Amino acid sequence: MEPLTSKKKVLEQKPLTLAERMYLPAIAKGMAITISHFFKKEATIRYPEVEREFSTNFRGMHSLKRDEEGRERCTACGLCALSCPAEAITMIAAERKPEEKDLYREEKYASVYEINMLRCIFCGLCEEACPKEAIYLDGPIVPSDYLRKDFIYGKDKLVEQPLNKK
Amino acid sequence: MDIAFVIEKFVLVAIIFGISLLIAMYSTYAERKVAAFLQDRLGPDRAGPFGILQPLADGVKMFMKEEIVPTNASKWLFMVGPGLAMLTACIGTAVIPWGSAITIGDRTIPLQVTDINVGILYIFGVVSLGVYGVMIGGWASNNKYSLLSAIRAASQNISYEIAMGLSIIALLLVTGSMSLKEIVEGQHGWHWNILYQPVGFIIFMVCAFAETNRAPFDLPECETELIGGYHTEYSSMKLGFYLFAEYINMFVSAAVMATLYFGGYNYPGMDSMAVLLGPTWAPLFGTAVFFVKIFVFIFFFMWVRWTIPRFRYDQLMNLGWKVLIPLAIANIVVTGVVIALIEGF
Repeated sequence: MEPLTSKKKVLEQKPLTLAERMYLPAIAKGMAITISHFFKKEATIRYPEVEREFSTNFRGMHSLKRDEEGRERCTACGLCALSCPAEAITMIAAERKPEEKDLYREEKYASVYEINMLRCIFCGLCEEACPKEAIYLDGPIVPSDYLRKDFIYGKDKLVEQPLNKK
Repeated sequence: MDIAFVIEKFVLVAIIFGISLLIAMYSTYAERKVAAFLQDRLGPDRAGPFGILQPLADGVKMFMKEEIVPTNASKWLFMVGPGLAMLTACIGTAVIPWGSAITIGDRTIPLQVTDINVGILYIFGVVSLGVYGVMIGGWASNNKYSLLSAIRAASQNISYEIAMGLSIIALLLVTGSMSLKEIVEGQHGWHWNILYQPVGFIIFMVCAFAETNRAPFDLPECETELIGGYHTEYSSMKLGFYLFAEYINMFVSAAVMATLYFGGYNYPGMDSMAVLLGPTWAPLFGTAVFFVKIFVFIFFFMWVRWTIPRFRYDQLMNLGWKVLIPLAIANIVVTGVVIALIEGF
């Protein structure tokens, strides 16, 4: 067969030397390696009490943002759903009524906004597609659950808490 | 035989029994901690500070578990197996000299339960009985895999017993006594037998690993090949006894190795310490030194276990019969010739 890479190493099979056949030098070498690990810093994190920090570009659960006045930024343009390669996002747009001016930023808003967390591949394209800076994948890991229907996250789980409640 | 003598021996037996159980208990904890540290982990740290209550938690868990006796097992033998393993593990401590004689008031108390003149042979006898626990357990389970594993354990123990006995003969040529007490006293100060018998020590140590069924010779426990080994059918504290017996065995063989080759309770500068501390505290200090040696050996057992992979069965037999036994015989011959030359025939 044609070699797939140029990295080719010819395996040499010499008979074992006396030192190798005696096992003991090799064993001593192995013991030296393990004892050096005895004094190394352990990599363990005591999980429930201490949590490992995510890297800065970690993509976790989505959140729908609010603007400075506490209004939802999302205008239901549908670009996030369009850009989503896994087709995880569904939304239904609605028109804002005059008395809802302090709830939504523009005339159109998403009355239903759902992300299927089982389909989502956390690629971050929705984040990039959004012209209103309304969706970010800055949350924690999506928690586990028992039923498939519980993984369809609606606005109740996605929208940021109102400013005054913080 | 006065009553004080009986009380003195009784107290000594109780103390040694308690200590060996305690050490075995904390060996299980130490094993997990050492394994963790060698693998850059933390090990048990939930039960109590640093997890030091872990052995208690394990013990409670073992007792609380459901106890199952297989339907077609030989019920009586099934129960005797673990008990026998524990018994043979425990009685080995009787002849080990824990320290030189201690003087309290006008009484001199030897820190050894009994100083029989064939101490080494007694240890060997007891250690080789240990295989009965494994063998009976494997047989009584009425499980083919357990039986296969038990047979492997028996053949392994018998093979390595020979090399171990031969390695001791060279030591006996040097010391001229079979009493453990005399062997220890012959190593006064720093004249430890390891200096005269390095090859013998290596053979003895390898055989001790095989006798205690510790890695790399832990073939009786063979999760990958025979499910769990000889204790596949055991549950609850019966399994606990088997595992616990292994740790007591480890303690005893660490003590025997320290006694035979590393001077027991002797340490360099012990004469000046004896003057400094007096006849009551100096022997106890020696005992402390002895226990330090034992702990070093126990640590060594664990260190090896978490470094070296398990032997294959045919490799194990090759090493035992074709390497260790001839090497031990050569060691006897060389030792004999050297002694003859020194003493001028």
